[in-house]
Amino acid sequence: MDIEKNQIEFRHVEKSYGDNLVLENINCEVKKGEFITMVGTSGCGKSTFLKMLLGIESHTKGTVLLDGQPIIDEPSPDRGIVFQKYSVFPHLTVRENVAIAKEFEKSTLLGRLFGNKRKLALDEADNWLEAVGLLPAKNKYPHELSGGMQQRLAIAQALIKHPKVLLLDEPFGALDPGIRKDMHKLVLELWKKYELTVFMVTHDLDEGFYLGTRLWVFDKTRHDPHAPHRYGSTITFDLPVGKTDKESLKEIEMSLTLEQKIA
Amino acid sequence: MKRWINIKPSKPLAIALGIIPFFLLMILYQVGSESRKAENPQDKLLPSVSQFQSAIDRLAFNPSKRTGEFVFWQDTASSLKRLLTGVACAAFIGLILGLITGAIPLIGANLNPVITAISLIPPMAVLPLLFIVFGLGELSKVMLIIIGITPFLIRDLYQRTKDIPQEQLVKAQTLGANSFQLIIRVLLPQVLPRLMDALRLSLGTAWLFLIAAEAIAATDGLGYRIFLVRRYLSMDIILPYVAWITFLAFVLDWLLVKTSKKIFPWYHAAK
Repeated sequence: MDIEKNQIEFRHVEKSYGDNLVLENINCEVKKGEFITMVGTSGCGKSTFLKMLLGIESHTKGTVLLDGQPIIDEPSPDRGIVFQKYSVFPHLTVRENVAIAKEFEKSTLLGRLFGNKRKLALDEADNWLEAVGLLPAKNKYPHELSGGMQQRLAIAQALIKHPKVLLLDEPFGALDPGIRKDMHKLVLELWKKYELTVFMVTHDLDEGFYLGTRLWVFDKTRHDPHAPHRYGSTITFDLPVGKTDKESLKEIEMSLTLEQKIA
Repeated sequence: MKRWINIKPSKPLAIALGIIPFFLLMILYQVGSESRKAENPQDKLLPSVSQFQSAIDRLAFNPSKRTGEFVFWQDTASSLKRLLTGVACAAFIGLILGLITGAIPLIGANLNPVITAISLIPPMAVLPLLFIVFGLGELSKVMLIIIGITPFLIRDLYQRTKDIPQEQLVKAQTLGANSFQLIIRVLLPQVLPRLMDALRLSLGTAWLFLIAAEAIAATDGLGYRIFLVRRYLSMDIILPYVAWITFLAFVLDWLLVKTSKKIFPWYHAAK
């Protein structure tokens, strides 16, 4: 069976803090271009899962592969991130916030460009600001932006590095419902345009259904009332959902059956 | 009637309320001075306003007969030079060490215990040591200020560095920053305004150590003068000097706030 290679694979992954087992028996495969939304009760390990992908938590057992290679256990440019808060730099203007990625790349020592090179970086930043609809605010500081605009900025920052996967950690949780709708539209638009692979943690089941191509539910399958940390969560549901065309739906189904064979 | 905690003064009322205690203090002084003078015209403890004026005039606007210098300004210049040199050095060391111990856990683990230990030494206790090691010149006075406030600055800036949200550090790494780039482009610019805050807090302590050092070994300076004329009970000089030091402290604080607001608008707006 010749299908597209998996971009991300989790094989028998387990995560524990000492005796506290958070995640167990995580097996999954994700292909390029999928949009995974992750829901679950608080403390179910969905954020821990995202942190493992991001590289700020490392798994205690099993294998995590990104493009067939073991995932690097610190953050790197191949994985972009948007947190709920604090993911933009307050001391830089909007365009500097995006251009800084170019400065890190082109000026290894100081991380700062001057003259024409700086102008080029800022111009490229402007392109991304346009993509997220933030160009009119390019010379403002983050504290002058609304919550939704700050999240747009955080997305633009992440995109300029062309990450293999985009990780969203409850990115719209603190936004007003109206603004959240706009952000949904934006994320779907960017996801299609740049063929991104997206992982998104959310509280909001509706959001998960609306945005994703696959919805994962994290929960415990076994429970010991005398030792609540004895068993960890796992992915209990893996549902193809959302605005998918038939072809990608088929692919998802195929990967689902594959997963069952492995498990 | 509203509860006391809910009654807020209007702006003019707030200003008036703020001025009243100053007035009361001045009147209290005036009354005390006059009543003592009535009993003993030679009283030196609470000089009259005219005595202050003549003392200020003598020291600030007439050259000293002995050296030809304007003593008041000479004292001010010497003290400010020592204070600012000490504070600048302390700020520099505090910034660098606070930043790297906060940013790099290995260096933090290496240096934090020794910094904590040093910060517990009462600086005045090592003053004799400073005089022995650095001599009685300018260096030992500047060193006392440095030793007095640097540990506080390091520890404060260490904490301020740690307080910068982890999310930003992760974000910078996903944008490709290496450790050094992250320190100078993300942490340093955000710690600088916090350094200004820490300096404001440590200026009072810096003055304390400056005056202490000048009191013990100096040939000029505001602290030196106060402790010199104390022998003659010259309150007509001591009190204006104290007021002048207070004013200088106020101006320095004000300058730090203004400068910080000017260079770091994003910091003050976000607070």
